[in-house]
Parts: sequence; C-alpha cells; structure tokens
Amino acid sequence: MSRKDDLLVKPKPDVMVEAVEVHKSFGRNEVLKGINFEVKTGEVACIIGPSGGGKSTFLRCINHLEKIDAGQLSVAGELIGYKLKGEKLHEMKDKEVAAQRRSIGMVFQRFNLFPHMTAAENVMAGPVVVQRRNKNEVRDRAQELLTKVGLGDRGNAYPMQLSGGQQQRVAIARALAMDPELMLFDEPTSALDPELVGDVLDVMRQLAQSGMTMVVVTHEIGFAREVGDTLGFIADGVVADFGPPKELLANPNSERLKAFLAKVL
Amino acid sequence: MSTDQTEGTHKKPTEPIQAVPVRHPGRWIGVGVIAIFAAMFVNSLLTNPNWGWPLIGEWIFSPPILKGVGVTLLLTFLAMLLGLALGVLIAIMRLSPNPVMSGSAWVFVWVFRGTPVYVQLFLWGSIIALYQRISLGIPFGPEMISFDTKTLIPAFVAALLGLGLNEAAYMSEIVRAGILSVDEGQEEAATALGMSRLQTLRHIVLPQAMRVIVPPTGNETISMLKTTSLVIAIPLTTELFFQAQVIGNRLFQPFPMAIMASIWYLALTSVLMVGQYYIERYYAKGAMRELPPTPIQKLKARLGRGGDDE
Repeated sequence: MSRKDDLLVKPKPDVMVEAVEVHKSFGRNEVLKGINFEVKTGEVACIIGPSGGGKSTFLRCINHLEKIDAGQLSVAGELIGYKLKGEKLHEMKDKEVAAQRRSIGMVFQRFNLFPHMTAAENVMAGPVVVQRRNKNEVRDRAQELLTKVGLGDRGNAYPMQLSGGQQQRVAIARALAMDPELMLFDEPTSALDPELVGDVLDVMRQLAQSGMTMVVVTHEIGFAREVGDTLGFIADGVVADFGPPKELLANPNSERLKAFLAKVL
Repeated sequence: MSTDQTEGTHKKPTEPIQAVPVRHPGRWIGVGVIAIFAAMFVNSLLTNPNWGWPLIGEWIFSPPILKGVGVTLLLTFLAMLLGLALGVLIAIMRLSPNPVMSGSAWVFVWVFRGTPVYVQLFLWGSIIALYQRISLGIPFGPEMISFDTKTLIPAFVAALLGLGLNEAAYMSEIVRAGILSVDEGQEEAATALGMSRLQTLRHIVLPQAMRVIVPPTGNETISMLKTTSLVIAIPLTTELFFQAQVIGNRLFQPFPMAIMASIWYLALTSVLMVGQYYIERYYAKGAMRELPPTPIQKLKARLGRGGDDE
C-alpha cells in the first residue's frame, strides 16, 4: 500500500479527515481491512456498527493512538504519524506526533478524567502542561468551558464526586481547552446511566451547532440521525455503508446495515 | 406503656433499637491471660537489675549516642533519597520500550537485589581502600582520590552508596508496581491531549502511582533505619548501634546498651510511622470521596461528644 501514487493523493482544502484504504492488524487479527472515509470541515460524521467491527480502532487511528499498517490517513491535509520526505515515508518522532494530537481532541467511553485533579484542573491540564501556559491565565478559560458544558459550579469537585454524565462533560471541556480543530468521540455515552445520556448529547449537539468538526462513534442512532451530516456503518473492518443519516437509516443500501438496524432499533 | 400495648408495638418505628448486645466472653479471657503475662514481664523489668535501667538513663542522651542517632537519621534520610530518585529512574528505564534501557535496568536490579546488603557494604568499604592504593597511578574519580580515606567522609559516602544503591533496586520494583497500577486510560487521555511520555509520567501517572508507592516506601524507610546498623561492614563507626556497643563493651554491660539502642530505634520508627500516615492521606486525594479523619480529629470529635458511648 505504500505505492507512490497512493501517497500522492492530494488532500482537498475543505476536507478535515481523509482515510484511504486504512489497514490495521493486532497480531494476526486484521481489524481494519481498508477503510475509506472522508469528513469535510465543519461536518459531524457519525460511525455506527457492531462491536468488534473496527469503529473504535479507526477512531483511535485518526489521532495515532494506533499506528496504521497500510493506507493513508490525513487530518487537515497533514499525514498522521508519518511525513513524506522525497518519495519515502518516515515515521514521526514522538514529539511530532504529540504536536499533531494537540489539534485533535478526544473523548473516551470511560471518560478517563485525571482522578487526582479537580474538574477545573483537569480542564487546565492541557494548556498548563502541554502549552506551558500560566495557571492563572487559563483559569478563566477553564471556568468558561465548564460553564459551557453546564458545570460552572463544580470546578472544585474531584471526578470521584461527579456523576458519570458530569465527568463526561468535564472530559469534553478538557478536550476543548486545547482549541482543537477536530473532536473525536469514542462511544461517549455508552458507559452512562440512561438518564444521564441526554445531558452529554446536548453538549455535543451544541458543539456541532458551533461548527466544530466531529467524528462520533456511537450507539445513539437518534443522535446520528438528528445531528450527523454523514453516517458511516463500519462492520468487519470496512465501511460497509455510507451516506446522509436520514436517508441511510430509512433506506439502508446494504443487507448488513439492514440487519444491524433491525437489531438495535 | 398501656397505650402502646393497645395500639401495637409499631407506634414509633423510628425509635432506636434497644437490644442486649452480643457478649464476648472469649475477649475477657484473652485480656486476663495477656494481663498476667504483662504483669510478669513488667515485674522482671523492674526487679531484675541486669536490665540496667539506671545505666540506660545515664547514657541514653550522652553525646556519642546522640551523635550516633544523628548519623543514623542522616544516613537513613540520604540513602532513602538516593534510593527513591534512582529507583524512579530505574523503574522508568525498566518500562521503556528501548531494550538497552530496560535491559540495563534489569541487570541493576538483578545484581543489587540479589546480593546481601552486608556484603555490598563490605565491598564499598573495600573499594575505598582500593582507591587509596591505586590513586597515585590511575586518575579515576578525582573527587574520590582527593579524600583522605581515613576520615569519616568517605566511609559515610561509601555507606550512603551501599545503602542507597541497594535500596534503589527495591524501590524501582515498588515504583514499577505503582506505575503499572495506574489505569491505561490515564496515559491514553494524557497522550491524546498532546502530552509527551515524560509529561504524562510526571503529571499524570506518577502522582496516581504514589498511592501504591507510599505505603511500601514507608516500610522501606523503617527498614532502612534499622539496616544502617550494618554499616560497620564498611566500617563506619559513628552510627547508633556501634556507638552503643562501644560503650557497652567499655562498661562490660553490653545488654543494657543494646536495649538503649532499641529504645532509640523504636522511638525513631514511631515518628516515621506518623509521618507515613499523613503522606498516605495526602496522596489519597481524589481517590476517596472524603478523606478519613486523622487520629487527632477523631480524638477531638470523641472528646467533643462527652465520651458518652463507651
């Protein structure tokens, strides 16, 4: 897959994420078998699909938490994890990869807040540690972000003292604190009690309306239909179906999506 | 009471239950047995002149003993500091994906954990003698050569190296266990924010690992305080136990002096235990919804209540 012409696929200016024939294996288990996916700037792309189909793995490839084995993956026109020198691909140093990740926010299924820091400190962690900015300087911004996710009064609480839904909203604020141009959501509501899902989805909806480019792996079909601009169905390591969510959900092109929807709806 | 009976016994269901508590006769028998043994022991402490209490009282705050306590404390503190710093470094090396790093860390632990600390101390002492002999011809480690090996300082440095490097081997395993105890998602979240490996370790992983690292480190510190009594293998003669022995031998009363040293060791380890309690409490921040009260807070609460409940 490292043929020269493949690498020279020129990114289009309005495309945020472009995946071309992305492959990924864990040992002998091939999880991604050639993913082709495109997210335009300002769009919300939702990804649904059965467990183990590769949707989370694909999302993790986008910010290089997983290294792809073959194909090409670029964000905002920049290859992720590799750079092209002449005709050869070079692996990026850890530092360069870290720099790329700064413009990509990620929200995890299990929140992964830093338990030894308060909510406000969690939000400030990126700017303070990574951008080496002064704590007092970013405190106002952290407060602003917490207010935005509806937790303006919980800044001093430790994650243990917050509900799952509140923790996930802090996690969204933490990712936003780095001013990302792209937000990745890895099943953000799957670990939540049903009555807490709504608050998190509201925050995400708000974020989508503000024009943020988002890739959302989710089981919330309703959210995908309502907020998503595009919908991808990933099963068995490939994008098995793709299109505008309303049409796709009403009239699935593939039998596999039909079968999947019959089970979840 | 008569109205209660006519209306049934469930009139006030929120009233606290008044029941006869379960009796524990076994506990009282235990207390009796222990009290008898304790009385016998105290009796012998007071009546057997061989304990030599007046002698202990006479020497316990004498200058050589106080200096010995100072040297023991300083040695404990510095060796633990060296052990902790080096232990963190070796633990990080051991977990590094770089095989050269993890391999050399493994060898370090293998050597320093696999040989007795007494032997290591002896070897460090010998190395200093070795430097003294060959310092004329080979310029190796100029600061070592410039010392007069007969003065205290090199022996102290040798003791520090011997204890510190041995400790580093143990501490590295403790730190490694601590690092491995932190949820993988933490590292992932930090990485996703754009933190480097070192930033993630320093700001995210290590502070959380401390909860697992602190209790065994307290254990190690207490152990170190006692291990300092082995530095006579160097030989370093100014520490507490050797000083107590010197005085004991001079007075032909080694036993009371050993008891005196034990009293000092116990007192010092007790202080360390209190310190450990508060450090553990500090690192529990965020891992518990509410920190448990300190013993002093408990005491205050109890006294404030008037001590009416047993």
